[in-house]
Amino acid sequence: MTESVITTSGLTKRFGRVVAVDHVDLDVPAGVRFGLLGPNGSGKTTLVRMLLGLVHATSGSATVLGEPMPRRASTVLPQVGALVEGPAAWGHLSGRANLRLLDASGPGGRRRDRRRRVDEALDRVGLAGIDRRPVKAYSLGMRQRLGIAAALLRAPTLLLLDEPTNGLDPRGIHEMRDLLVALNATGTTVVLSSHLLTEVEALCTRVGIMDAGRLVLADDLASLRAPTGRIRVRTPAPDAALALLDGRVEGRDHDLLTVRGDDPAELNALLVGAGVPVTAIDRERRSLEQVVLDVTGSGSDRFEGQARR
Amino acid sequence: MITTELVLMLRKRRVWLCWALLCLLPTVVAILLATTRLAPPPGRGGAFLSAVLSDGQLFPAAALALVLPVFLPITVAIVSGDAIAGEASAGTLRYLLVRPVGRLKLLTAKLVSVAAFTLLAVLLVTVTSYVVGVLAFGFGPDAELGGGGITSLSGATLTPLQLAGRTAGTVGYLALCMLTLGAVGIFFSTLTDSPLAAALGVLAVVVTSAALQPLDAAEAVRTFLPTQHWLAWIDLFRDPPLLDAVSTGVEVQLGWILVAFGAAWANFTTKDVTS
Repeated sequence: MTESVITTSGLTKRFGRVVAVDHVDLDVPAGVRFGLLGPNGSGKTTLVRMLLGLVHATSGSATVLGEPMPRRASTVLPQVGALVEGPAAWGHLSGRANLRLLDASGPGGRRRDRRRRVDEALDRVGLAGIDRRPVKAYSLGMRQRLGIAAALLRAPTLLLLDEPTNGLDPRGIHEMRDLLVALNATGTTVVLSSHLLTEVEALCTRVGIMDAGRLVLADDLASLRAPTGRIRVRTPAPDAALALLDGRVEGRDHDLLTVRGDDPAELNALLVGAGVPVTAIDRERRSLEQVVLDVTGSGSDRFEGQARR
Repeated sequence: MITTELVLMLRKRRVWLCWALLCLLPTVVAILLATTRLAPPPGRGGAFLSAVLSDGQLFPAAALALVLPVFLPITVAIVSGDAIAGEASAGTLRYLLVRPVGRLKLLTAKLVSVAAFTLLAVLLVTVTSYVVGVLAFGFGPDAELGGGGITSLSGATLTPLQLAGRTAGTVGYLALCMLTLGAVGIFFSTLTDSPLAAALGVLAVVVTSAALQPLDAAEAVRTFLPTQHWLAWIDLFRDPPLLDAVSTGVEVQLGWILVAFGAAWANFTTKDVTS
């Protein structure tokens, strides 16, 4: 059993009549890359804010890095880097000045190392050559990079990133993924929330799915995407294959057949042996998208049915 | 954090603009007075204005009386209303809090920076208006007699040293009066994410207080109105200075600061930061 960096039990937040987070029992083991998925308004951001002590829980408790939050915020937060609901900076100052002031405003670290810390953080996110123009003149992608640099400033052991690739172009997303994997390899636990499935699928080792304030699922990505016990075969002669495999075929979509079985090699040998050409064959896996759609509702930005009068 | 806060304030263009405008108004008045030589008759117009034509050294006092009722409160309202609400609407509040900066520490830093703003504002008005006053109106007739002294409101002549001391007292007193508004502004700033709403709230307090002041029906609460003691500093220019009104004023202002800052802390420390 590995140590947990985040545990919550029965964590609940109500805003008036709205239950934003509903009895969440979350456990994030140390060293993983954890992806928090869920439709808009499912409570991801509120959960992250509670873990950071920005929002106070209505009931339940949260432990971050082994200490209760928000009671021990002053010892926990210096080890946490965070990006919450988009980056923010003092618009009239340059990116470098922003990081310097942020570094100076909190505890820890020696003053004479400040320049080096700031330069390193900027270098890691690809802003090393940044000029003196104020942040308000930055593009969305540059602000996003600056926000991630601010999260990395104190060499945190836990990174909590809300929508980290928002506003980045494909190259930027790729760089950020490499950066997070590299940081994770050196022992940083990465928790990111996103509604982009592909991003989480490409980066994370463990996934939690939220829906309407509840944590409906938390599991390793590998086991979520385990083979389904079916094989997908593409062949230019589907009728011949159908005749050969009668009974094992569960579905047909033009030249694509879904066949019961665990071993594609065996199926391939069978088909080819009978003279049926095979152009593609693979185990069927559930896509993360399928998993998410199975366990979540419609999301809170969609209101169907009859309006209440 | 306090250093950070001061650096942030000093690098805002808005702050410098406030200071510049504060110094501009007395300068405009001085130019008009110097070119027309038409001072308001004693008892009308701003305090000291009738006397400045004969002695430019009195102009700082006149300038402070000019900016005190409206201009100074507006600038303090803008700067203090921005304190927490400005960070909240820019999104930097959440990053400061997870840095982590303690909530009480952040409020204290904001109060210190507002105090620095008000002190510098009053000081800048005093210094520029002294320079402008002397340039426009020259030294008074007493200057030759008493070596740069001025005539006090009581008729006796103040030495330059006394004048400097009393001006310093006035600067401190007015900065404290304005800090009261600043503390109220910081409290309002924790209630809303809109800096404008917080600033307007401060001005509403000033207007309410000024409206209640002349009412006989408000006799019972008059002493506790923040604007009631704003003009008490004029007593400092009597000889010997009358300290009664000023010391009551200091007590009331300190009370307001304590209550407003306490309210700000009570509200902010348990607040959900959702900005």
